[in-house]
Amino acid sequence: MKISRIKAIAKKELIQIRRDPLSLAMAFLMPVMLLFIFGYAITLDVNNLETVVCDLDRSTLSRELVAEFGESEYFTIIDHVYSQGEIDGYLDRGEALVAITIPRDFSEDIKKGRPAELQVIVDGSDSNSATIALGYISGVTGLFSKRIAVRQRPPLIDTRMRVWFNEELESRNYIIPGLIAVIMSVIAALLTSLTVAREWERGTMEQLISTPVKTPEFILGKLIPYFLIGFIDMLVSVLLAVFLFGVPMKGSLFLLAGLSSLFLFGGLSLGMLISIVAKSQLVASQIAMVATFLPAFLLSGFMYAIPNMPRPLQIITYAIPARYFVSMLKDIFLKGNPLHMLLFETALLGIFGLVVFGIANKKFKKRIE
Amino acid sequence: MNEKNIAVKVEGLTRTFGDFTAVEGISFSVSRGEIYGFLGPNGAGKSTTIKMLCGLLQPTDGDGTVGGLDIVRESEKIKKTIGYMSQKFSLYDDLSVEENITFFSGMYGVTGKTRKERKEWVLEMAGLRDRRTVITKTLPGGIKQRLALGCALLHEPPVLFLDEPTSGVDPVSRRNFWSLIYEMAKGGATVFVTTHYMDEAEYCDRLALIYRGKIIAEGTPTELKVQYMRRSVLEIETDRTFEALEVLGRSGIETALFGSLLHAVVDDIKTATPEIERELGKAGIKVIRVDKIMPSLEDVFVTLIESA
Repeated sequence: MKISRIKAIAKKELIQIRRDPLSLAMAFLMPVMLLFIFGYAITLDVNNLETVVCDLDRSTLSRELVAEFGESEYFTIIDHVYSQGEIDGYLDRGEALVAITIPRDFSEDIKKGRPAELQVIVDGSDSNSATIALGYISGVTGLFSKRIAVRQRPPLIDTRMRVWFNEELESRNYIIPGLIAVIMSVIAALLTSLTVAREWERGTMEQLISTPVKTPEFILGKLIPYFLIGFIDMLVSVLLAVFLFGVPMKGSLFLLAGLSSLFLFGGLSLGMLISIVAKSQLVASQIAMVATFLPAFLLSGFMYAIPNMPRPLQIITYAIPARYFVSMLKDIFLKGNPLHMLLFETALLGIFGLVVFGIANKKFKKRIE
Repeated sequence: MNEKNIAVKVEGLTRTFGDFTAVEGISFSVSRGEIYGFLGPNGAGKSTTIKMLCGLLQPTDGDGTVGGLDIVRESEKIKKTIGYMSQKFSLYDDLSVEENITFFSGMYGVTGKTRKERKEWVLEMAGLRDRRTVITKTLPGGIKQRLALGCALLHEPPVLFLDEPTSGVDPVSRRNFWSLIYEMAKGGATVFVTTHYMDEAEYCDRLALIYRGKIIAEGTPTELKVQYMRRSVLEIETDRTFEALEVLGRSGIETALFGSLLHAVVDDIKTATPEIERELGKAGIKVIRVDKIMPSLEDVFVTLIESA
């Protein structure tokens, strides 16, 4: 291997990127744009759920409970109705997502020590919000019944809960680090997906493969400029996460840089492999998009927790580098974990990179077939 | 021929693409320092052959050597010792002249002081001394070809493969290009060049005529003319060329159009000349002159193809 050859290829590639406004835009604007769009759009916090209340009891206690809902930031009471039949209209029209009905004998039951009933209807079309709403509702009623119980007799167990690592339970804090991992997966593969295919399409490959350049020299030389771009993208994303989205950064920046480099090596090699196999820029970029975005979004543990997935899917996630990077970023950002606690992820990310780089080298043929 | 003096040697080389046989069992050899031409129409198998010799394409059958190296097993070694210029311009359009030269110097492993010297040499040869920072895309075709040739010569390869180097280039540039090729050969390089221009074929030391994947004749341009043209060529000038072509064609005389003239290939001049004059006279076409001429390579080619 000749360093001078790797350098010559890297330099040529950099000049070409610099002269092509489109690839420059893709390289630097796309990650920022994605982070903005997804960073603001994806939030798992459910606030201000439109709620309609049907209080048939009209007692002090029932009013107290309604007030409890109204005061919490999770519910906004949009209307009061006086018969259950009226509720349907609100839900059908989508004006309300939650309907709470307090039955006539609500306070009576409580006073007599009987379990009181509360009827809650939640619009389940958005099952995610619905699940969260149900959680909030049982939270509010739980607190309420506890307070009443205290009035009558002291509680048997007094639970005091504390949340660690994301004390404010801001979903943004764990979404953004994961989101960076997802976006970088896509960007890394997209960046390199065009580079080899472009040479085939423009006919420049024919001249290049007639020279004594060796395959690893060619691939390494092509990786270097995109590695620099990917690294800058990563840096910008972290800065945006901390200063724009206010995500706490508890871990070491050096560790973050090191592990990001390892991840970029695998991601960029994957794009390179796709470009080598596809030989067409359009096909390559589409494959790169599909092959990275969907797995990174759905199977990395970013959106859905891996332990909740069916077993076969869980096994597949091991082959998805975003899986490791998502948990690395969350751990470094929110927990400040050191390297020795991330060894498993680091090792597998390294193996992924080496395997894909190896296949890319094997698949690249200095021949026209 | 002494083995040591052979630059390229090919035996039964074949390449198929699916059902289509692009090159069918061709054999030839090229001596060192020779300009060897591959002449044939588009699609005859010229590019396929050159790509197999450069190690860019795997032969389906047969074998060959370039500079003593096997074209199948040692193709990567071959790439160090050859310069290749593809039919389609394949330098980087978005790089400047100088950046292209620097890049290919890197690929051929030309470094340090040599690199500087070679760069100046290429710039000089392509006439781009004061246009070194110009983006390659904006250069005219002829200059681009010279630059491409220069880049293929950066490492001073002993064997040079040029695939239709002058296609789409104006006649003056073509002439200049060929004087460059002569210079290379004079410097001891072996030049293997393909072309479909008959006039260019005359510049080659030796030629192979390739048609539908097969070599149909081989030799020096003069040998080809003498050996394969036992019949004679008559040049006919008339006042109505196209009608004359039709008349002679109908009367069974092998005739082809050459600019505003006709070339007829005949077995015996003594009987053919009066016959031509008679046929044309009957049709009321005025014959200005009928001369016996030295056949051109095109005549040879046309005759060979018709008998093939």
